[in-house]
Amino acid sequence: MSFAEIIDSYCSFDIEGYCASVTPAAIDRIIDRSTLSERDFLALLSDAADERLEATAQKAAALTRLHFGSAIVLFTPMYISNYCDNICPYCSFAHHHDITRSHLSLPEIEQEAKRISAGGIRHILVLTGESPSKASVGYLEEAVRLLRNHFSSVAIEIYPLSQADYARLIAAGADMLTLYQETYDKPRYARLHPSGAKADYRFRLDAQERSCRAGMRAVTVGALYGLHDWRSDAFFAGLHAAYLQRRFPAVEIAASFPRLRPLAGDFSPSSPVGDRQFVRMMTALRCFLPTVGITISTRESAKFRMSLLPLGVTRISAGVSTSVGGHGSAGSTAQFEIADTRDVPSVKADLLAAGFQPVMHDWSRALTG
Amino acid sequence: MDELIIGTTAVRSRLITGSGKYRDDRLIPAVLAAAECDIITVALRRIDFDRPAESILNHIPKGKVLLPNTSGARNAEEAIRSAHLSRAMGCGDWIKIEVINDQKYLLPDNSETIKATEALAKEGFVVLPYMYPDLIAARRMADAGAAAIMPLGAPIGTNRGVLTKDFISILIDEIRLPVIVDAGIGRPSHAAAAMEMGAAAVLLNTAIAASDDPVAMARAFKLAVEAGRTAYLAGCAPTSNEARASSPLTGFLDT
Repeated sequence: MSFAEIIDSYCSFDIEGYCASVTPAAIDRIIDRSTLSERDFLALLSDAADERLEATAQKAAALTRLHFGSAIVLFTPMYISNYCDNICPYCSFAHHHDITRSHLSLPEIEQEAKRISAGGIRHILVLTGESPSKASVGYLEEAVRLLRNHFSSVAIEIYPLSQADYARLIAAGADMLTLYQETYDKPRYARLHPSGAKADYRFRLDAQERSCRAGMRAVTVGALYGLHDWRSDAFFAGLHAAYLQRRFPAVEIAASFPRLRPLAGDFSPSSPVGDRQFVRMMTALRCFLPTVGITISTRESAKFRMSLLPLGVTRISAGVSTSVGGHGSAGSTAQFEIADTRDVPSVKADLLAAGFQPVMHDWSRALTG
Repeated sequence: MDELIIGTTAVRSRLITGSGKYRDDRLIPAVLAAAECDIITVALRRIDFDRPAESILNHIPKGKVLLPNTSGARNAEEAIRSAHLSRAMGCGDWIKIEVINDQKYLLPDNSETIKATEALAKEGFVVLPYMYPDLIAARRMADAGAAAIMPLGAPIGTNRGVLTKDFISILIDEIRLPVIVDAGIGRPSHAAAAMEMGAAAVLLNTAIAASDDPVAMARAFKLAVEAGRTAYLAGCAPTSNEARASSPLTGFLDT
């Protein structure tokens, strides 16, 4: 069964009704189980689970410690192009926004890479807007090839590609893919992305799978929380991670929980996610999938990120700028305002003080050639 | 003296520890001192050979036997490449082969592990394959030149104890190499039980690294391994499910 079919199988299922029927006593039983079903996972997202949030968090923390210890991998995003053909109303990079556009040349990318690398970062995440004419696969290939000389791992967060194009980027040196579905709800997705390449829900949904077939070592899934009912998006993101883990057991699967942040334009979330709900999503996922990675970005404040660490986090970004050339080579409009502005040494020091080991190097392409 | 001999190396301690999952790598020297272990395994994926100043290797005291592991390798080819890199970067000839292509349970791929064992043993590596306790695979690893066999007790990081006890017993009986129980040992009592069975050594990490007091836990494991080994050498008294009859059925033959 494809993941699209799994989503369809829930079409006639009343998620809200099921969640309303869950009791705190049922949550207690679920927390006691060693393996959770899809329905158990959904129950942990219900409002009844809020009454057992501390117990769920304790379980999530214990599972995380068992599987990942106290190690937190650090990475830095590098925005290399903010040209975008899409008109997503929730994104600063959207085509219709009158913002400063830039597109880094290879020497500029190298300059940024040297700056970031000098700060101690070994894992880099390359981001672009969706503009194949400006940020073509060939350009990305060159960028990745260049970056692999400066970093031990190169991840990409770009528009969805074909399997053959993923294979090109993997051959160039990319080993991780992050891609968010924005929302798993098809009608909402269609309303938010009425035209252009991004209107193809299914092409985006199957992107991780194509990249796994092409040989990607690690993939991250998620929704942009706030665009649609967070509970159903968190549920389907969890099912997506579970599906990929079952289908591609050798691939490291991770999830992230980006929440909408203030940005250019006047879009406001239709379904804002509060901190308690955020913790509910994250701890529910950890209990459902004890071995998946969880990444927390600088969309969240330093204080909140530090508090989340024991509950399941395995990777965090540090020393972040969300504008193209933001590490010194140029200046442009940021994709979103970051809430955690700490530099890499501060994040490292804070992690150690909180009892976590900052891991700068968790993979090297040299190990696979 | 009761020594553990792997290849041509003899060591005193039968407790091998890992180096991952600590809240601070600076804890490692104190943990190793408390564990009194001679061999320590380090994931090659965590060593930044480009930045030796920040390397985890700096926290490992001199004089220990370094057992780099190929964690992250998904097939024999990647494990072999990792071993080559390890040797080229001065990490010695010892290699623990971990070939895992299941990220959920982290179970090893025995057939790829056999291939990697064969290739690396031919190149003169001291090969310690991490494996699922299957006698046929263990024999092939031994024939391929492994220096020891490292069957799992339970999936990595689960701390569930030696769930594969009966199958590890078969390996201990049949394989003429040190059988080192790796993964799953969560408590000192598990380690003692593995040693009582006749395991040559145990390797563990999470149980120490994820405890509230890793240094104290390291000492507890040292004592447990010594207790289990001493009991094995002393020969445990037999056990019985029933009480012994005080008037045996054949007693009339003696009268």
